[in-house]
Amino acid sequence: MSEEREPPPLPGAAQTVFPEPQDAEDLFVSAASAMESPEAACLSAEDISPSSNGPRDDDPDDLFAEATEEVSLDSPERQPILSDGPSPAITPVTPVMISPRVDVFDRSPDQDEDEEENRDTFDIQISVSDPEKVGDGMNAYMVYKVTTKTSLSIFSRDEVCVKRRFSDFLGLYSKLASKYMHMGYIVPPAPEKSIVGMTKVKVGKEDLSSVEFVEKRRSALERYLLRTVKHPALLKDPDVLQFLESSELPRAVSTQALSGAGILRMVNKAADAVNKMTIKMNESDAWFEEKQQQFENLDVQLRKLHASVESLVCHRKELSVNTASFAKSAAMLGNSEDHTALSRALSQLAEVEEKIDQLHQDQSYADFYLISELLGDYVRLITAVKGVFDQRMKAWAKWQDAQVMLQRKREAEAKLQYANKPDKLQQATDEIREEIEEWEGKVQQGERDFEQISKNIRREVGRFEKDRVKDFRVVIIKYLESLVHTQQQLIKYWEAFLPEAKAIA
Amino acid sequence: MVRSVSVDLNNDASLVIDIPDALCERDKVKFTIHIKTTLSSFQKSEFSVPRQHEDFIWLHDTIVETEEYAGLIIPPAPPKPDFEGPREKMHKLGEGESSMTKEEYAKMKQELEAEYLAVFKKTVQVHEVFLQRLSSHPMFRKDRNFQIFLEYDQDLTVRRKNAKEMFGGFFKNMVKSADEVLISGVKEVDEFFEQEKIFLLDYSSKIKDATAKAEKMTRSHKNVADDYNHISGAMNSIAADNNTAFKKHLEKCAEVFEKLRKLEDRVASDQELKLTELLRYYTRDIQAAKDLLYRRARALADYENSNKTLDKARLKGKDIAQAEENQKQCLRKFDKLSESGKKELTSFKARRVVAFRKNLIEMTELEIKHAKNSMSLLQGSIEILNSN
Repeated sequence: MSEEREPPPLPGAAQTVFPEPQDAEDLFVSAASAMESPEAACLSAEDISPSSNGPRDDDPDDLFAEATEEVSLDSPERQPILSDGPSPAITPVTPVMISPRVDVFDRSPDQDEDEEENRDTFDIQISVSDPEKVGDGMNAYMVYKVTTKTSLSIFSRDEVCVKRRFSDFLGLYSKLASKYMHMGYIVPPAPEKSIVGMTKVKVGKEDLSSVEFVEKRRSALERYLLRTVKHPALLKDPDVLQFLESSELPRAVSTQALSGAGILRMVNKAADAVNKMTIKMNESDAWFEEKQQQFENLDVQLRKLHASVESLVCHRKELSVNTASFAKSAAMLGNSEDHTALSRALSQLAEVEEKIDQLHQDQSYADFYLISELLGDYVRLITAVKGVFDQRMKAWAKWQDAQVMLQRKREAEAKLQYANKPDKLQQATDEIREEIEEWEGKVQQGERDFEQISKNIRREVGRFEKDRVKDFRVVIIKYLESLVHTQQQLIKYWEAFLPEAKAIA
Repeated sequence: MVRSVSVDLNNDASLVIDIPDALCERDKVKFTIHIKTTLSSFQKSEFSVPRQHEDFIWLHDTIVETEEYAGLIIPPAPPKPDFEGPREKMHKLGEGESSMTKEEYAKMKQELEAEYLAVFKKTVQVHEVFLQRLSSHPMFRKDRNFQIFLEYDQDLTVRRKNAKEMFGGFFKNMVKSADEVLISGVKEVDEFFEQEKIFLLDYSSKIKDATAKAEKMTRSHKNVADDYNHISGAMNSIAADNNTAFKKHLEKCAEVFEKLRKLEDRVASDQELKLTELLRYYTRDIQAAKDLLYRRARALADYENSNKTLDKARLKGKDIAQAEENQKQCLRKFDKLSESGKKELTSFKARRVVAFRKNLIEMTELEIKHAKNSMSLLQGSIEILNSN
């Protein structure tokens, strides 16, 4: 009658007897002593460019100053968001506080000294709230309140509230990307469109999934704005300021998937892809080669991690549902049980399990909003980083092309020496001289641009890595704390049930 | 201490049975039965004998077929040991060994061992309880076949084949579906049995449902544990590529998730052992109780038929003595079943209540223990991560 049992050896294996599973305490008896002395969180010097002359907003090479507006194939409503006249039916969506209002972005002032701008950059708070449905049917859309609180001087007031819709955010991103990406800036991408999710909302389904969808989107939009203003250059950008402050915003239509602009963008992307394949860059700078490889790897690994966390969210939700289902079944069993004390205990068990199922559901929201969504953001950010490396390659290619052209012009000039038309010679010589000067200029510009973008990227990548590490550290602590809370509640519930179980007589 | 879903069944020192270990060979599981007895009917006072699952089934079936035990609740047969899960894992392990890192392989092997242990615990428990139910029952413990099962020092296979279990089994299953109809259809004069009937029919479906829901719940826990495992692995991959300070941090996080996985796994398997197995067992036991009701209902039907036959015989003036004798026999059988049935059902309730109490307490204590350990782990880790 021993407590110790020898489990059978695995078939085919040697007669290894594995011991009884250790008490859980043994699993981490060395947790406290495991870590060696913590090292200072130092970043390698190469990641941070020592001096930071800020990005130039008046970049002469800015060929895409404003996104062009085109006629959309979409809805006829073109009124600005805030009109004084009778507005279309507004259905306020009950703001169900689903997500733990987690402040992923640490508001504490940055401790590093390398970037002067950071000193007062973080004195800005942005919140996206109060989603409201405007209109009905397929033409309906959600409007969000964007509130900015700040003491920064670039803002005209210290508190502003505006109403924005999803396409406004997309429009903002589109403008910023076209202005800054080719300079090597990592522009945070806007949240993804979702046709399925949005359709459900439009059609008026007030069920949990559309409420969750709206909350997910609201949270994503908030994170998007916060990330954008965290970037010192973007914070000062007039489009960003207009977005945050202006009560009326011209409707961004280039975000329509089916519009002419949309198709144009698709075509551009394809051309870029082809170009990337034919550019064989002579990488003289090992840093870039190394970093590019790192980001390729990180991309793959983050996606894998993200997928695992998404799976966790899903299974945790299932656990919640199954626990609730078991609770109901236990209650029915308790009702059926004819022994009074046992019947009562079973009913109590059912109540405990019901509380626990709510606990699991709350935990799944934490899983989702704390970790899963953040990972999703980073997967998209990495794509932006990779894009920026591509821009550098394009800049290099442009520079090389200019050099090639210059060479050709010089050769043409040399050939002219042997031409036999003296009367045309002077004119031709002048022309070619002009062209050579033009291309010399272009070559110099190309080189400057290439060096500038390289410098920008180094700085951007440094900032990105610092932020990434900080974000992750903050989030993981918050997440572990959410798990602690769940365990605390579990202890409470089960300790309350124990006397009930013991009372069965 | 006996780990059983039923009451502490080994409290009678005259015949003590346990299963200290078992061997898994290919498809067959061999249990080692250990017996200690003071009864003179046994040749030795302490001995062991190896038995297969099929031997248990044979013993169960012979007892079911024994007319004498019709008024008793027959302990439900233990289900077949199911090592399919671990076996599949072992296969995957063998196949993927070359493509895995040393850490991944070690981790998978650990998971495999844990799963194997869990299945092992379950099957030993349920086979042991079956024997202990027999040994602690005043009538079953004297059963000839039970003694053979315990004492016969050779393979029981030949004996098994000789039994008419094939046909018997078929017959058993065939009439089972008529059970419910017959039980609910019979006109009950005895208040006790009327109540029992109502209770058992309802309870039976409720406990079946609760078992299924508990199984789903346990499976979800296991899935969550699995996800922690993958998350840990993914974090380790990212750590491998990172600069020093962050790398340590990530590795620590990966370690936390790995430990969380182990804890979650323990929660799942303890819940299964204490809750799901309890419900599974009593689903089977309730069925055994219903079988008793069925047999009694059949005896009642037989008695009523014998009355009709007697009346007919009296009318015709033929075979009266024979019909009278038959009627007397049926009545006697019915009375005997009612008397022992009442005793059995009463002690069944007591047994059930004690078992639920024991297992619910143990389950709750384990849940608390695991939650406290998780909290410790998490809080310790938060401290370490913060101090970095």
